Amino acid sequence: MDAVFKALADESRRHLLDRLHHKNAQTLGELCEGLSMSRQAVTKHLGILEGAGVVVTKRQGREKLHFINPVPINEIAERWIGKFERARLAALSDLKRKLEREDK
Amino acid sequence: MSDKFVYVTYIKTTPEKLWDALTKPEFTKQYWFGVTLECDWKAGSPWKMMYDDGRVTDQGEIVEADKPKRIVIKWRNEFMPELKEEGWSRCEMALEPVNDTVKLTITHTIDKIGSKFIQAVSGGWPRILSSLKTMLETGAPLPSTK
Repeated sequence: MDAVFKALADESRRHLLDRLHHKNAQTLGELCEGLSMSRQAVTKHLGILEGAGVVVTKRQGREKLHFINPVPINEIAERWIGKFERARLAALSDLKRKLEREDK
Repeated sequence: MSDKFVYVTYIKTTPEKLWDALTKPEFTKQYWFGVTLECDWKAGSPWKMMYDDGRVTDQGEIVEADKPKRIVIKWRNEFMPELKEEGWSRCEMALEPVNDTVKLTITHTIDKIGSKFIQAVSGGWPRILSSLKTMLETGAPLPSTK
């Protein structure tokens, strides 16, 4: 989990993730387009994102494509947000039970 | 051209246990929004995903099954017309031992750009995978996906 927070603690890397979130499966060249960062810097940032598991790469023919992997970020959400959602879901099912009882 | 996503998670378990968790209803019901998968997990066999009340959500066919390493499913949604009309997608699940964990890679593809189906399933998979990981590592799935 440390690696995920470190990977996300940088604006350029979040920007690269935003670009993959907007359009998945991009090559290094596509990801560099329109950025002021050097290709070398983008490569370094992608390495850190990949190391943390929030980006995964797959070869497709001669191209290496980058994909956003939201699973580790979802684990963070589940750890701290999931329990609040549980309370909401429990409240809803309580309400449903109560209303259904009144029907009888 | 196609729409595709690749999701990866590392789970502290064995490929055999992960295979069972991905294929057996007693496990899928716990972490996969309560669904049951009906299939004998052999190439060419029909594959069906349904709720407890018998409603079929998705169905298709097993393209490849190599226990406990790889499953490829021809997959189509059944209950939302705008997803069903997009036709067949392909879901590959790859299980690969890495140190004391198993790397699970889910690749879901459809031959279409701007696919609503891919958008719909890509939102569900992270929650399913997080819950699957929690179930295998702690013995209990995440409550939000039961």
